[in-house]
Parts: sequence; structure tokens; C-alpha cells
Amino acid sequence: MKKNRTYHKKKTVIVFLGCALLLIGLMGRMVYLMVIRSDYYAKKAEELHQRERDIKAARGRILDAKGEILADNKAVCTVSVIHSQIKEPEKIIAMLQKELGITEETARKRVEKVSAIERVKTNVEKAIGDKIRAYGFAGVKVDEDFKRYYPYNELASKVLGFTGGDNQGIIGLEVYYDKVLKGIDGKILTTTDARGVEITELGEGRVDPVPGYDLQISLDKNIQMYAQQAALKVMEEKQADAVSILFMNPQNGEIYADVNVPEFNLNEPFTLNTGADPEGMTAQERQNACNQMWRNLTINDTYEPGSTFKIITMAAGLSEGVVSKEDQFSCPGFKIVEDRRIHCHKRAGHGAESFVQGAMNSCNPVFIEVGLRLGVDNYYKYFKKFGLLKKTGIDLPGEAATIMHKKSNIGQVELATISFGQSFQITPIQLATTVSAIINGGNRVTPHFGVRVTDQEGNLIKTFKYPVEKGVVTEQISAEVREILEKVVSEGSGKNAFIEGRTIGGKTATSQTLPRSAHKYISSFLGFTPTDSPQILGICLIHDPQGIYYGGTIAAPVIRDIYENILPYMGIAG
Amino acid sequence: MQVENEKRPKGCMDEILLILVLLLVVCGLIFLFSTSAYNGRVKFHDPAYYFKKQLFATALGMMGMYVISNIDYHIFVRLAPFLYLVSLGLSLAVLLFGDEYNGSRRWLSLGPLSFQPSEFAKVAVILFLTFILTGSKKKQQGLLQMAGTMLLLLPVVGLVGTNNLSTAVIILGIGVLLIFISNPGYLPFVGIGVLGVVFIGIFLGMASYRLERIAIWRNPEAYEKGFQTIQGLYAIGSGGIFGKGLGNSLQKLGFVPEAQNDMIFSIICEETGLTGAILVIGIFGLLIWRLMVIAVHAKDLEGALLAGGIMGHMALQVILNIAVVTNTIPNTGITLPFISYGGTSVLFLLGEMGLALSVSR
Repeated sequence: MKKNRTYHKKKTVIVFLGCALLLIGLMGRMVYLMVIRSDYYAKKAEELHQRERDIKAARGRILDAKGEILADNKAVCTVSVIHSQIKEPEKIIAMLQKELGITEETARKRVEKVSAIERVKTNVEKAIGDKIRAYGFAGVKVDEDFKRYYPYNELASKVLGFTGGDNQGIIGLEVYYDKVLKGIDGKILTTTDARGVEITELGEGRVDPVPGYDLQISLDKNIQMYAQQAALKVMEEKQADAVSILFMNPQNGEIYADVNVPEFNLNEPFTLNTGADPEGMTAQERQNACNQMWRNLTINDTYEPGSTFKIITMAAGLSEGVVSKEDQFSCPGFKIVEDRRIHCHKRAGHGAESFVQGAMNSCNPVFIEVGLRLGVDNYYKYFKKFGLLKKTGIDLPGEAATIMHKKSNIGQVELATISFGQSFQITPIQLATTVSAIINGGNRVTPHFGVRVTDQEGNLIKTFKYPVEKGVVTEQISAEVREILEKVVSEGSGKNAFIEGRTIGGKTATSQTLPRSAHKYISSFLGFTPTDSPQILGICLIHDPQGIYYGGTIAAPVIRDIYENILPYMGIAG
Repeated sequence: MQVENEKRPKGCMDEILLILVLLLVVCGLIFLFSTSAYNGRVKFHDPAYYFKKQLFATALGMMGMYVISNIDYHIFVRLAPFLYLVSLGLSLAVLLFGDEYNGSRRWLSLGPLSFQPSEFAKVAVILFLTFILTGSKKKQQGLLQMAGTMLLLLPVVGLVGTNNLSTAVIILGIGVLLIFISNPGYLPFVGIGVLGVVFIGIFLGMASYRLERIAIWRNPEAYEKGFQTIQGLYAIGSGGIFGKGLGNSLQKLGFVPEAQNDMIFSIICEETGLTGAILVIGIFGLLIWRLMVIAVHAKDLEGALLAGGIMGHMALQVILNIAVVTNTIPNTGITLPFISYGGTSVLFLLGEMGLALSVSR
């Protein structure tokens, strides 16, 4: 037997002290983890344990200028089953089958699927949801939800836009003002174990949703509706592909109506308005067809403006002083520029005429002459000054940019064609905005729909302000242009837009689309009233009309007809 | 520390150690029940499934402890070579006929009972080393003798290490500690320490999955395999200072995998907070201190080495387990004595306590 010597004892104590030291070190580590890092890990753990179910926030409404509701919410229900809580599966399957009109197979699949929560059907009418809730089956959950609802179906469909299943705007104002309208979703928080089973003893946490704000727009439901009827009528009469009509206030840029027929039903945004059978299409083809249907022709697409653009040439020529109202011209029916012979629409020629008469006749050689007198540098300068090179800044997504020659590529021939509105492309809203600036005394306003934001009780949250660029033309030039354009309507090519007892200024256009060989036209008319201080400016575009296609013949009467009806309603005199 | 001056009547076992052991066993059972109830319910539809099995092993172990504490420990030391051979045989048997569970072959089944030979191997090694170190004639032990003694451990380390690396490391650790205590020198151990570090470095470098463990250890959140570690940290961190209260852990609900095993300390932290965690570490500290006192007061070297070996075993397992759970060192499967689920473990730990009590008489 060996003795337990002192050195043995000493070393045992050393081992112990070593161990004690390590244990104390570990205690320090515990303090670090459980005091200093505690919040971090606790939060991470909580994120892990909590399952969230969103409570949709009510999306803000869209109201028209008079407070009419254009986009609203409808209460609907989402029916789900929670596998772990189901006690009477057969009864639930039978009930779901009966109330939701789904097949037994579908119901069984949902009920018997082992998952934390299984959605059976969304967008269930509230009455049915309430009925299902009244059965009181364990494991069946009916969550209230909102569905976007558009009371006027097709009205201003390409302006308002619609939302997707996640309450997110897809096109139109619903996209542009998504942040205003959306609100903040609420949450129901439940704690679950690792398999996702809720721990009921811990109860539910709730974060209430914040409803979105209401958006009031300048669009007037009555004007829009009347314009839509007029557009549908002319589209049918002329068997046109599409008709666009836009009304705006040239003084401040507020848009009163923006019709693009054929419109589509906002409550069924994926149902094609062409009546084409979607069954035979691939998913891609279907999506393309929808995208095409959703396009707003006044904003998303460009065209060659044609003769309406002579207003710009006129304003530039008068501003630069290269032409005056009384200047005399002679039209033989064409003008030769370099080696090209460019025809007037009247092959026989207008003969001797003053500048004002040239405008009334919409005579191409007169405006070619004005353009050539300005020269490339000056013309380009005014093109830019009038704001034609930049977008208008309208509050809708997808505004198309101007397609214009590079300045270095503009020769005399190009300059001549630009002068009467060909060989480049702009959007209708661009034309309306630019003409507004020319006739309102030189203020280039921003065209817009959004006026103000209110909460659900109608308390003002925000009034939108839009940039205005002053001094685009002088007040004097503006007055001269208005005077000439009034003559165009009262005595010239726009006489079909004339209304007895009113002063209307305007300009017609008939533009040929590309390719020229297709012989397709866009007939248009732009008109404003009253001419001494324009309160409303309208533009009507008829895409590919059959038969007579002159803007003065088919588009001008449309604007006249609408003006006859809406001007009294709007209280605009003169 | 004035341990030398303590006087105790001969023949009376160390009551403090007994009380500490009983305290740990009772606390261990409570924590085990709290932690394993969810897994028991989910896997066996019986929340008390693990608790019952552990209770059975504990009862058996208590009887064993009582019996062993009344037997002269010299008898066990004399039986040591035989026990060592038995443990070698069992370790070999488990390699050939063992049951696999979670990818490791560690259990021998005997009817309804299963048995983990590696737990037995640790006790056998403590006894065997005591036998060898007290049996050598020479007073001074040189490096060669030390190396020889360690070589004797190689078969068991190899056999156990094939399936259970962590236990093999603990066996090696116990070996080094006992040789250190039995040897008057200090300097050679510095050399051994350096050698150990080099050895570990080479060992880690040899297999890439071991290096991966290091990477996981440094940033557990970035690796899928760091899941267990990070779940343990979430549990520890969410305990805060006073914890969520016994039974209220959320991490034991399947988030920390097999929470009743190696990671049980993290659930203790979550439920009882820093307070509980420090208390548990404190009780283990006291237990180790008491084992040291017994070793120092042992009337011969056999007793001193036995108690010292048990102390080393206990200390290594507690320190390594808590270090792993707190992600202080890379993850390796080591259970927390008396608390983690494992019948064989608790049985032999109580047996070791019986030996220590026997030494204390």
C-alpha cells in the first residue's frame, strides 16, 4: 500500500483549482450569453416561435372630383382548416362541399392535408363566411378579408387600375398611389412548437391594421361616363379599333376624363374585353393579351400627332417672329424641299392665303415654310422649350417618352415633316399638355389626377402640389394662337366642333400610322373653350376608323357633342 | 484551503458529498421530466416516458451506490485488471452487435434493457489506472513509464473512440490527470500539454468534417449543421436572469433537437435563467470540491487516485458539456452528469459516487 503523499495532495488541489477556474470562466460566459446577448437571442427565439397571420388593412378608397366612390372595398372571407384542431373531419368535408360549392375531392384534400393551416377558399362572400362560422366546427377558421371593388366596373379602367390578391396595385392609379392607399397590414401572432402546432395556453397577440388613406382625384365620374358613351358610339359607327378621349383643365393640369375604349371590367381584370377565347392561349399569350388590354393609349403609347402639331409650329414661328398673322403664302398643292415634293392634303392647292387662312385650311406648305424659316436650331430650341422632349410627369405609371430625331440628324426634309407633325412620335397627353401651355399664357402645367389625400373620416391629410414651368410662350403669343385656333373652329377645318354662342379653339388632324402601306389612320381633334381664358381642353383620337377618316369630319363632332352636354354641367360659359 | 486540518471520525462516510449527489439527482430528475415531456408525448404518447426510464436507472444506481459505499474500495482496485478486460470485451461487442441510434453504434441490448459500454469503460479506466499507478515498484516515474501507462489505455480509447470520440477524449483526459497526480514532476506535463495541442491540431486537420465543426463553432448561424448549437443559444439567451419558469421552455418543444440529451443545460438556462444556471454550476463545483477533499484526505494512494480520478471525470464532463452548450468550444456529444437523459450514465456515475463515499470512510 502506497502513501498518499503531500505532492499527490498538492497536485489534486491544483487539478481542482484548474477545474474551478474553468467553471468560473463558464459562469462568465453564462453572464455574457444570458445578460448581454439575452435580448438578441430572445428576439431570435421569439421570431422562431411566432407564427404570423396577416390581417389585411382596408385599402383607401378612390373618390372622384365630386366625392363619388370609384374604388371601394368589399368584405369577403377566407376559409381555412387547421389540421391539428379538426375533430369531425367528415362533417367538415360535407359542410365545405355544401357551402363553398367545391367538390368532395377538393374538400377532402384540404381537410386531410397535414399542415399547420390550409387555405380552402378565398374571396368567399361574407354571408357564406358567417354561415360557416355559425357551424362552430373546431379547426375551421373564417378570416375576414377585403376585396377591391369597383362600383362602375369599366369606368376609367385604364386610369384607376386594379389590385392583385395581395392588396397591391397592379396598374393605374392603384400602382402610382399604392403607398397612400395601401395602409399597414395588421398581424395575429401565435406561438407554436417546432411542428407549427399552436400553443393555445399562450394566447394570441394582435397588431391592429392601419387602414389606407382615401385618394380624391380630379376625374369627374359624370364627364368620364358621358365621354365614354360618346367614345363607344363613334367607335361603333366608324368600326374603329379604339377611341381615346381626354379632358383636362389647361390652367392647372387637372384631368377631368380619360377614356380609352374598349375599356375592361376592373372587377374582372383578367377577362379579355375582346371576347377572345383564353382557353386556346398559352399563359404567355394570355398575359400579353391582358397587358395589351390594360394599356392607356393616351399615356402609354405614342403616335404621330399630325396637323394638331401645327399649333406648336405656329407658336414657335410667332414667338421667333419669322411669321405674323397677316403674312401671305401661296400653296400650289405641294412644296419642294431639297429634292422632295411634299404634298398638301389638298392636291389642287389652296392658292394665295394669309397665315391665319393657312392655319384654318391646315395647309401643309404654309407650315413647312414656317418651319424652314425657323431653321433646325430654332425649331429644336422651341421643341425643347415647350417641354416636348421630357415626359409630362403625369401621375400614372408607364408614361411613354417622346420619340424624336437627334438634332444632328434633322435635315431640311425632316424639318419640313416635323413642322406638320410627322416623322416623330409623342403621347396624346404630351400634346394636350404642350397645347395647354401655349394657350394658357405660357405655363406648362403637370397633368394629373391626384388632388388630395384624406383619412377615412374625410380629414385632409395632404393636398398634392404639381410643378408649373412658367414663360413657355408670352401672354401675347398665347392670345394670338388662341385667336387663330378659334378661327379654325369657327370658319376653318374644325368647323364641325363649332357650337353656337360659344368660343371654341381647336385643330384637327389625320395622321397615318406606320407602316404607311397599311393605310391606317388616327383621326383626331383637339379643342378648348372659352378662347379668351380656356377652362377645358379636350382631345379625341379615333384609331383606324373605316370609311371617312378625316379628323375634322369624324373627331371634331365628338368633342362638340360632349361639350354641348358637359359645359353647362361644369358651369363654363362663353 | 485548510483541508489538512479537517477531522472526521473514521468509518463515517462523507455526508456533504452524499447530500450534493442527492440534490443533483433530484434536480436532474425534475429538469429531465420538464425537458423530455414534449418529446415523450410526441414520440411515445407518454410525457413521462423518458422520466420513468431515468427514474428506474436512478433507483438502481442509488442501490448500487449504497452497496459500493459499504464495500472496501481496495477490492475494486484489485479487480481492476479484470474489469478493464471486461470493458474492452464489451466495447468490442458493441462494435460488432451494437444497436445504432442517431447514426452511432453505442448500445448493447439485453432484452428490454440497453447498456452503453462506454460509460462502464470510464469507471473501469479509473480503477485500472489506480491499480497500475499504485502497483509499480519504482518511486520515481519517468517519461517512459508514463508513456507506457498511457499505452495501456490505447485499446479502450481506440475501441470507444471508433463510435464515441467524446468519451474517448474524456478517458484520455482522466488518464493524463491521474498520471499528473501520481507523478511528483511538473515539467514533463508541460511537454505533454504541448504534444497534446499538436496532436489535436493534426487530428483536426486530418478529416475535413472536423474542420467544418470549427467553422460552425465560429459562426453557427451561417451553417445548417449549426442548428443544434444555435437553438441551444436561443434557449440560453431567452432565459435572461430569472428564466421563464420551470416547465415554460419553448425551445424544448422540438426546436432544440433531443433536448433531454446533451443540450439539457440550455433548457435549464431557459427555464431557470442565469440564477438557475449559476446554481447548477455551483453545485457541480461543490461536488468537485468535495471529491478533492476526499482525495486529499484519503488514507492511501489508492483512495487518493480513485477519488482524484472520479473528480477528474466529473469535472471534465461538466466543463466540456457546458462549454459545448454555450458554444464556447466546438460541438461534441458529451452528457451533463446526473441531469442528461441516459440510464447507463446515471447508473455508473452513482456507482462512482459509491466508490468515492467508500474512500471517504
